[in-house]
Amino acid sequence: MDWDWQFTFDVVLPRLLPVVPITIQATVLSFLLALALGLGLMLLRTSSSRLVSIPAGEVIEFIRGTPLLVQLFFLFFLLPEVGIVLPPLTTGILGLGIYNSALCAEVFRAGILAVPAGQWEAAKALNLSAYRTYRDIIIPQSLPPIVPALGNYLIGIFKETPLLSFLAVAELMHASKLIGSEYYRFTEAVTIAGAFFLIMSLVAAGLVRLAEFYVRKRILH
Amino acid sequence: MNARVVAIAALAAFLFGLVVATFSETRVFLPALLQGALVTIQVAVFSFLLMMASAFVAGAGKLSAIGPVRWIAIGYIEIFRGTSLLVQLFWFYFVMPEFGVTLPAMVAGVLGVGLNFGAYGAEIVRGAITAVPRGQLEAATALNMAPFKRLVRIVIPQAAIVMIPPMGNLTIEMVKATSVVSAVTLVDITYASVQQNQIHYRTIEIFMVTLALYYCFSQLIRFSMGMLEERASRHLARGH
Repeated sequence: MDWDWQFTFDVVLPRLLPVVPITIQATVLSFLLALALGLGLMLLRTSSSRLVSIPAGEVIEFIRGTPLLVQLFFLFFLLPEVGIVLPPLTTGILGLGIYNSALCAEVFRAGILAVPAGQWEAAKALNLSAYRTYRDIIIPQSLPPIVPALGNYLIGIFKETPLLSFLAVAELMHASKLIGSEYYRFTEAVTIAGAFFLIMSLVAAGLVRLAEFYVRKRILH
Repeated sequence: MNARVVAIAALAAFLFGLVVATFSETRVFLPALLQGALVTIQVAVFSFLLMMASAFVAGAGKLSAIGPVRWIAIGYIEIFRGTSLLVQLFWFYFVMPEFGVTLPAMVAGVLGVGLNFGAYGAEIVRGAITAVPRGQLEAATALNMAPFKRLVRIVIPQAAIVMIPPMGNLTIEMVKATSVVSAVTLVDITYASVQQNQIHYRTIEIFMVTLALYYCFSQLIRFSMGMLEERASRHLARGH
């Protein structure tokens, strides 16, 4: 069978383009959730009390050691059973955010640990408050390793959004699955979806490189 | 010390399994889950072999001096990393038949997972090969080694040590990613647990067992990669 341009323009594109914002919305919201939860997990993980830091480490390890799809299904079936009824998209964003928060927590931790101990000691010697130590000394120096890694996770989340189609979230992959099963032609819909992901991740990779450049130039001088 | 950790972990896992298997409720869905786990293991093992093969071919290809070889390798890496795994699985299973190539579900699943992760692995292989100091290559050339012998005896043993930890992480990611093969109608452990949950409505038990099994897989890979790394770097000079 050949590629059918007529079908592509009349059926596939008009149905795929409207769901692009849903994919992007899911990506951005889960990324923000992952950043917030990851920060919290990182603070627990680096706590001076072993009673807090060891369980936090195990939680991170467990989230990282199990597949995102199983976690998504777990949330999807568990939440209604305990009386929390959410739209599938929200459940999906929650799942993506929790899964990636464990990865973000490790990135934050690595970034903070990479700041030389002398910097902390110097900040203490200059009698800076904890807030100013973090704002002016630690965070700016920990950004260069953190920003590219977080950027890669943002692209990673974007490429994970097709998993939401398992929860019947009306995103790009789900729309192309539907077209495929209605017309019994998968070629155009799946290829267009793939091309879209390819183009978007190349663009996103370029943006991450720009952000990395900006951090090196403007924040670190 | 490592062997003791493994022994304790294996014992704990066995006891945990015994406890789970004796609960009358788990007896209903456990056989189906374990059947699914077998499919997952099958897909994971074959995908691992394909991943390693394509990672080495594409990683070495990207360093090739011959233009077209390099372009094909770069094209493969960028396309398979840029599009989503789920898209590729669909492509192999639902689109290929329209071009006259019909693949069994297992083959499509292994091809999708193996080639997708092979593209990530290629970057690891490339990085590891470029990390071998230039002087090593020059010394091998000075000793009049043939290019193939130079690769097998000088480059690969040194690159392997750099490669093992990231490859271990990638393998864990790959095993986790096999959970999406139900998209090509394979009944793996993830899909089996969804099916069992729809029959028995025991969400917490079913998914906890599934998550625990995946967690055991990834810990097993982590341990074995740790031991492999120890083994590969045993002959290295210490103290620098």
